[in-house]
Amino acid sequence: MEPQSCVNINKEWDIVGARQLGREMAKKLGFGTVDQARIATAVSELARNIYLYADKGQICFEVIDKRERQGLCMTAVDTGPGISDISKVMEDGYTTSGGLGAGLPGVKRLMDEFDIVSEIEKGTRIKTVKWIR
Amino acid sequence: MDSRFKQLIINNSDSIVQKWMDEIASLKSGNYTVTISDELYESTNREFVNVIFTSIRNQGSTKAVEEFSEKIINLGWPLSYITDGLQVFRRVSTEYLLGQSEKVDSDYFSNVFTSVDNWVEPLIRELVNEYSGSWEHILSLQRVALQELSAPLIPVMENITIMPLIGTIDTDRAKLIMENLLEGAMKHNSEVVLIDITGVPVVDTMVAHHIIQAAEAVRLIGSTCILVGIRPEIAQTIINLGIDLSNFPTKSTLKKGFTKALEITGRRVVDIDVKRNNIEHIMDSLQGE
Repeated sequence: MEPQSCVNINKEWDIVGARQLGREMAKKLGFGTVDQARIATAVSELARNIYLYADKGQICFEVIDKRERQGLCMTAVDTGPGISDISKVMEDGYTTSGGLGAGLPGVKRLMDEFDIVSEIEKGTRIKTVKWIR
Repeated sequence: MDSRFKQLIINNSDSIVQKWMDEIASLKSGNYTVTISDELYESTNREFVNVIFTSIRNQGSTKAVEEFSEKIINLGWPLSYITDGLQVFRRVSTEYLLGQSEKVDSDYFSNVFTSVDNWVEPLIRELVNEYSGSWEHILSLQRVALQELSAPLIPVMENITIMPLIGTIDTDRAKLIMENLLEGAMKHNSEVVLIDITGVPVVDTMVAHHIIQAAEAVRLIGSTCILVGIRPEIAQTIINLGIDLSNFPTKSTLKKGFTKALEITGRRVVDIDVKRNNIEHIMDSLQGE
């Protein structure tokens, strides 16, 4: 595994920085344009969730290089209020901020693997992986 | 004590300046200022040391400090040039003052340090403030400039208006897009408004949400909104995200969207040559009779 590179999310423009790093890494790894767009969009959603709900957090990118397959792993970590009902936020159309409510379920569909852990008052950790086909 | 040191420094400014120049010149190699020509470097150094000495002589020469920091910014030199220069001056003049006295006890030591600090510190503060202030000014100007081109509205034809969007859409910009779109649609009396997102790198739920809202608002004031410039990969991510765009028309390119807009407003593009040929054809056939 290659070392992680992380982007801190503190203000709205950090979302753009995270997205660019994600896209760049995806490009370097050899993802196609559609998957690059998927990864960039997923980063955008995760980073925006951090900015909107948790104020502060971090998105880390990691290259997974196993013998049978390669991929990009993204981990979004924040120390925000946490999510009380995870099954609810994974429903399409559920939102607390007046948005479309498609963010997290959308990320799950954009990526290949999706794992979410959240603790009230402690924060949320979302780990997603996209494999190169 | 302080004024005596000051006198000493000013009277011996030549040797101190020489030492300072030597040290600064040695900083140049292997540092940030490699690409700068030697003459420019030396003349700027001379100006810098003049600024330092005028500020020591009379404690309020803000004008010279202002001009100097502005010059450094215009030259594009880093802030560290200023801080390094003052750091070196502090060291050189302290060394000089310590070397001037035969007996150096701790009192004398601390006196020298306090005096030199008293001269250098306000200068550092002033120069750094000036420098960063100028940067902030440039930054705010650029922000204004960027905002001016962030949501342009182009009336291409009577009743048809185009808004090309290029670059990242954040909350501020989304607000601006909405305002300009509605205001412009009213002003130009647009029947059809085309929003072109060819230049938007990522369409996530927030961007989509804002576009949907803008389109809905345009519909409320009686115009039709067509979303154009949806690239294939963007189309796929929109589907993955599960965003419903079925409520308003979309087209892959601005060209197709414009044709559709003409259709809605009851017009179409006709080739002049073909028309003329047709007329000539009719004339010919009339003459033939």
